[in-house]
Amino acid sequence: MLIEVDGLEKAYGQGAERQPVLRGVSLGLEPGASLAVTGESGSGKSTLLHLIGLLDTPDAGEIRLKGETVTGLDDAGRALRRRHQVGLVFQQFNLVPSLTVEGNLALQARLAGQHDAEWIDTLADRLGLAAFRQRYPEQLSGGQQQRVAVGRALAARPALLLADEPTGNLDEETSDQVLDLMLELCADAGAGLIMATHSRIAADRLSRRVHLTGGRLS
Amino acid sequence: MIGTALATLVSHWRRKPGQLATLVIGLSLATALWTSVQAINAEARASYDQASAALGGGSVISLTAPEGRIHRSVWAQLRRDGWDASPRIEGELVLADTVFALIGVEPLSASTSQAMVGGGEGVGPAFLTAPGVLLAAPETVEGLAAHQADLPPVQASAQLPRGQVLTDIATAARLLDRGDQIDQIVINPDAREGLTPLAVLAPQLDRVETTDTGEVSRLTGSFHLNLSAFGFLSFAVGLFIVYAAVGLAFEQRRSTLRTLRALGTPVRVIVASLLIEAFAFALVAGAVGVLLGYGVASALLPDVAATLRGLYGASVSGELSVRPDWWLSGFAIAILGALGATAQSVRRAATMPLLASGQMRAWALASTRRYLLQAGIALALFALAALIPQLASGVLAGFALLASLLLGAAIGLPALLAGVLNIATRLVRGAVAEWFLADTRQQLPGLSMALMALMLALAANIGVGTMVSSFRLTFEGWLDQRLAAELYVTTRDDAQSDAVRDFLEARADAVLPIWSADSDIAGQPGEVFGVVDHATYRENWPLITARPDAWDQIAAGEGVLVNEQSWRRAGLALGEPVSLGEGATLPLVGVYSDYGNPNAQAILGLDGLVDRYAGTVSRLRYGVRVDPDEAQALTEALRAQFDLPADGVIDQASVKAFSLSVFERTFAVTGALNVLTLSVAAFAMFASLTTLASMRLPQLAPVWALGLTAAHLARLELLRAGVLAVLTWLAALPVGLVLAWALLAVVNVEAFGWRLPLHLFPMDWLRLAALAILAALIAALLPARALVRKPPREFLQIFAQER
Amino acid sequence: MVRVGLLLVCLWSLCVGPAHTQGFAGLGTSADGFAAPTPDPVFVFPADHGPHPAYRIEWWYLTAVLEGEDGTPYGVQWTLFRNALEPHDGEGWQTPQLWMGHAGLTTPETHYADERLARGGVGVAGVEAAPFSAFIDEWSLESAPERLSEGEDALSALNVRARGDAFAYALELNATGPLVFHGADGFSVKSAEGQASYYYSQPFYEVEGVLELPSGPVTVSGQAWLDREYSSQPLSENQLGWDWVSLHLDSGAKLMGFQLRQTDGEVYTSASWITEQGVLTAFEDGALTMTALETARVAGRAVPVRWRVQLPARDLDVEVEAINAQSWMDTRFAYWEGPVRIRGSHGGRGYLEMTGYETDASSETAAP
Repeated sequence: MLIEVDGLEKAYGQGAERQPVLRGVSLGLEPGASLAVTGESGSGKSTLLHLIGLLDTPDAGEIRLKGETVTGLDDAGRALRRRHQVGLVFQQFNLVPSLTVEGNLALQARLAGQHDAEWIDTLADRLGLAAFRQRYPEQLSGGQQQRVAVGRALAARPALLLADEPTGNLDEETSDQVLDLMLELCADAGAGLIMATHSRIAADRLSRRVHLTGGRLS
Repeated sequence: MIGTALATLVSHWRRKPGQLATLVIGLSLATALWTSVQAINAEARASYDQASAALGGGSVISLTAPEGRIHRSVWAQLRRDGWDASPRIEGELVLADTVFALIGVEPLSASTSQAMVGGGEGVGPAFLTAPGVLLAAPETVEGLAAHQADLPPVQASAQLPRGQVLTDIATAARLLDRGDQIDQIVINPDAREGLTPLAVLAPQLDRVETTDTGEVSRLTGSFHLNLSAFGFLSFAVGLFIVYAAVGLAFEQRRSTLRTLRALGTPVRVIVASLLIEAFAFALVAGAVGVLLGYGVASALLPDVAATLRGLYGASVSGELSVRPDWWLSGFAIAILGALGATAQSVRRAATMPLLASGQMRAWALASTRRYLLQAGIALALFALAALIPQLASGVLAGFALLASLLLGAAIGLPALLAGVLNIATRLVRGAVAEWFLADTRQQLPGLSMALMALMLALAANIGVGTMVSSFRLTFEGWLDQRLAAELYVTTRDDAQSDAVRDFLEARADAVLPIWSADSDIAGQPGEVFGVVDHATYRENWPLITARPDAWDQIAAGEGVLVNEQSWRRAGLALGEPVSLGEGATLPLVGVYSDYGNPNAQAILGLDGLVDRYAGTVSRLRYGVRVDPDEAQALTEALRAQFDLPADGVIDQASVKAFSLSVFERTFAVTGALNVLTLSVAAFAMFASLTTLASMRLPQLAPVWALGLTAAHLARLELLRAGVLAVLTWLAALPVGLVLAWALLAVVNVEAFGWRLPLHLFPMDWLRLAALAILAALIAALLPARALVRKPPREFLQIFAQER
Repeated sequence: MVRVGLLLVCLWSLCVGPAHTQGFAGLGTSADGFAAPTPDPVFVFPADHGPHPAYRIEWWYLTAVLEGEDGTPYGVQWTLFRNALEPHDGEGWQTPQLWMGHAGLTTPETHYADERLARGGVGVAGVEAAPFSAFIDEWSLESAPERLSEGEDALSALNVRARGDAFAYALELNATGPLVFHGADGFSVKSAEGQASYYYSQPFYEVEGVLELPSGPVTVSGQAWLDREYSSQPLSENQLGWDWVSLHLDSGAKLMGFQLRQTDGEVYTSASWITEQGVLTAFEDGALTMTALETARVAGRAVPVRWRVQLPARDLDVEVEAINAQSWMDTRFAYWEGPVRIRGSHGGRGYLEMTGYETDASSETAAP
């Protein structure tokens, strides 16, 4: 198994105002497989992805990445695995505005010490970014920016790609293109994909789908 | 990995070169002002050390004759007996209405006096042979040029203080008509051993041994501390800029930092990157700052040297050397400053939650709680400032007071401005006005650092300006009182003195002997003067405190007046006995102000002086009261009748001009630093407004969309800058006045030994207000202009972009 | 002897610095306004033992080769230089006559030196012809009338004293022979172009006295040589420096010889052979040869400290070797001056002086 999630619980807030967000979520993902997480706003989709992406720690439960339990790791340990194993396409982890498209594409790979110029070229071509490589993010449209984010997430050849509403801000046509590319590249790279979305159409394109309601899977 | 992280962070500056320039310039300016002061102090210290090393054990003996002049054969015999001695002539070269201090040295024997005359520069055959060469500071050369025809050739020397003319003793003797007489023999007592003691060889001469370094360091210590404090203030102002720029950069890079973290960059790598970046800035800005500082110091040093010489008699070279102690300190402060300014960013980067909103916030959150906290800290600092005088004394305590005061004022400023804006919001009507005030309040946090810098600079300007102007006013008044006589006459010897006195008694309204003797006064070495009972003293003498019958007591020989310095140092009270050397005491009947004199001084009745100091009284000088219209004629008559020295008759105006020029030099440096500090603050303002402008579009776009034109918005931006400048200036006024009070009543008393009354100069404040508004407007102009020229598309983009 | 220029250099060291590069130490300048030596001089004594203000430069130059009671060799130098900025005397401060004193004391291990500067006219430095007295500060070279017999030359009995930081000396000098006159009866030519000086000596002193060294007083005795020379422009423009010797030979004869080194590598030589009875024979350019045999590093430069000196006309072929190779006069104008021992066709002791060995920039900047 690529990812095993077992009984995850997470709550936010203090004391009486403490709001449980996840109440015992368990799931698994094989290498190369894809999983859509759907649910209403506030159902805990993002939180689940944050926990799996090692951006946050659960209150209870366990996550195993390639068989290794990662829930007890310290900050540096989680950073190491994020760098090497996980690709993120989140809305709030925008592109670095002061780096060019090319710089953004290569950023994670460079951080992980796995920079591969050929692979970056391939990604840029496949993502239709070849003509924009020297541009800055602010000079790109939203769809182009999101394609750069996808490329950046895959540049270090992660085992797992996490995408949180990757097409949320895009029109239908553009989101189809981005989604196609993401799936295609994941398949080519042999990466597992977990994507949070509230779009059924998008969710249907993935191999499996789970639905979150009130912090529980259904 | 660290390379990639660093490159990612640094790429920010490539996109924001203006911000980068702000940061580097700010840090450079801060370093430059600090370095320049350090360089000046280091040069002065080195000069003291060098002088003391050149003089062997750091002491020099100067021999003078009680009757005024010494025959040069006395000096020659000392040389023949093996003493390392050099003769010196000092006099005043009076040319039309200007007085120059003329010093004649004997370069061939001047191993001892060389250090004191500023080196042997320009000493060649022409210097030693008729007509000789006069050396003077470039400014003085210009003054001498008018009289070129009557004088030997003049040569500029950067090493000499203004107003002083140095020449060979032969030339000086000729110009001052001194014949074989010299004024002083300067001896290096440690140069040679086993000599017959001076007491045996020249018992008739007065020996004054100056143990140089210690004395000079002690005297000048407070002056240097003063400079250092100013340098530190300038540095603080500069640091505000750096702090603001670094803080802004952090906020702008917040999302980048979060992205880097999300992509798996460990916190320590981020922290290390930020530190390396800060260090690199420090090195670059430090180098620029040290170079700039060298320039500033080189420009200021001649004035400082002149001040030190004029005020304390300490000789400092006018040329600046590159010394590791100051350039290292420049780099150190740059690094310290950069790291200090970065510390908060680093701390925030280290503790930044990974999942907080990626939105860029206004870079310091404006909250009531924060303002209350700032106000609290400010009040605490004011309380501390009020407490310090009660707890400690000394120059250091004075500066601690100033530091607490200024820091408190700076920290309290944003809270004060926010309060004022709140009140104003409640008072105004109209949508635009309300929006304007609300928007101004929202901008406060972003501008507060620049405004603090501006307020510090303004307060320092008001404070120091008030101090200097008060001092000048007091000093001029004091000169008028003190120099009441129309003419001052110096005679060659006792016989001539008596003849001149008889001559004048018949022609002048009054002849006031200015006779004196060296003596300990209340345990301090000083000079005692004798005065006759005359209305000139009763009406004019600048008494600070005195018994009502003080002058009667003096006339009766039953009391003594001392100058303010000795009064404060000895802590005397009226009526208390003052010891006047060798066991004699007289009750203190009054205290008079005596500016510009570091030493103790006392006044007795003339008869009392002659009785007590029979053997050592110098009775060569007189003040002459005469109708001012007749002063010129009397001067000519005196010169025609007597063979007086060249500087034998001086009129009141010349003495005043000379004294005032010494005074002006004393505060030239302070003035220059003041202007520099203000410029730095203006730059801070400019930097903040420019960087803020780039972040303000989201706030302006909705207002624009609601129907205000870009030009209208730009005018409002200018108005805002002006309003904030005025408010800051208003806040700086009381701070500046308290600063002036502290300088006059605390620091000056410790540094110079005299306390001065505080005078107010509202015109100066208004000028400063105009300057502050102008600086703010200039600073705001560029961003406002950019706003006017902004194409609508950019406003529209704000709505399109999800930020 | 060619100890010219020291005073000029001394003044330049005080003034603007390395302005002159022409000739050695700037001596190539013309002598405007100053008197120039002319052939067939008539000396009048004691007056001519005193100063000649009309000439630019003049000196009273004493060197003594001495021996302690334990046989240790010592050397002593005492010199008073006069330099006129203008060719006249003056009253009080206004005189253009300047004075410089040099004192040296050489032991086999250490060389001590000190200098004094003074202006004339004010009683700090000067020379009186009768009774003879040359002085600067507390240093003096004065006649001892109680040891002079009737009619004897004023320089025949002298006392000399000087003091420096770590040394002092006081010596009695008694001449056993007459004054001798170099060149043509005291007119000494210094170059092929005819530059010349007035030059006479008293080379016949027997010396006794005491040296004060850091280790204590040393009683010494030996021989001394006094040079008197004055002129206004003794060096040719192409002359770089000189090597000069005064030799007391065991035979009782004396030799004064010098070579002036020229920019073209050639030398101009001159020599005086003085018999025990005081008869002087002058030898013109070429009669004397001086060949450097060995150099030493002295004050950062190479200086010859062993010489071969040949005067074939008198069957003289000797090696002259420094008693202390580091006899460096570290004064405003620095030069080498120290005692030597003589071996070869003749034995004896003497003094060696060398100038112009400063290399590159050092010759111009050595002076502070």
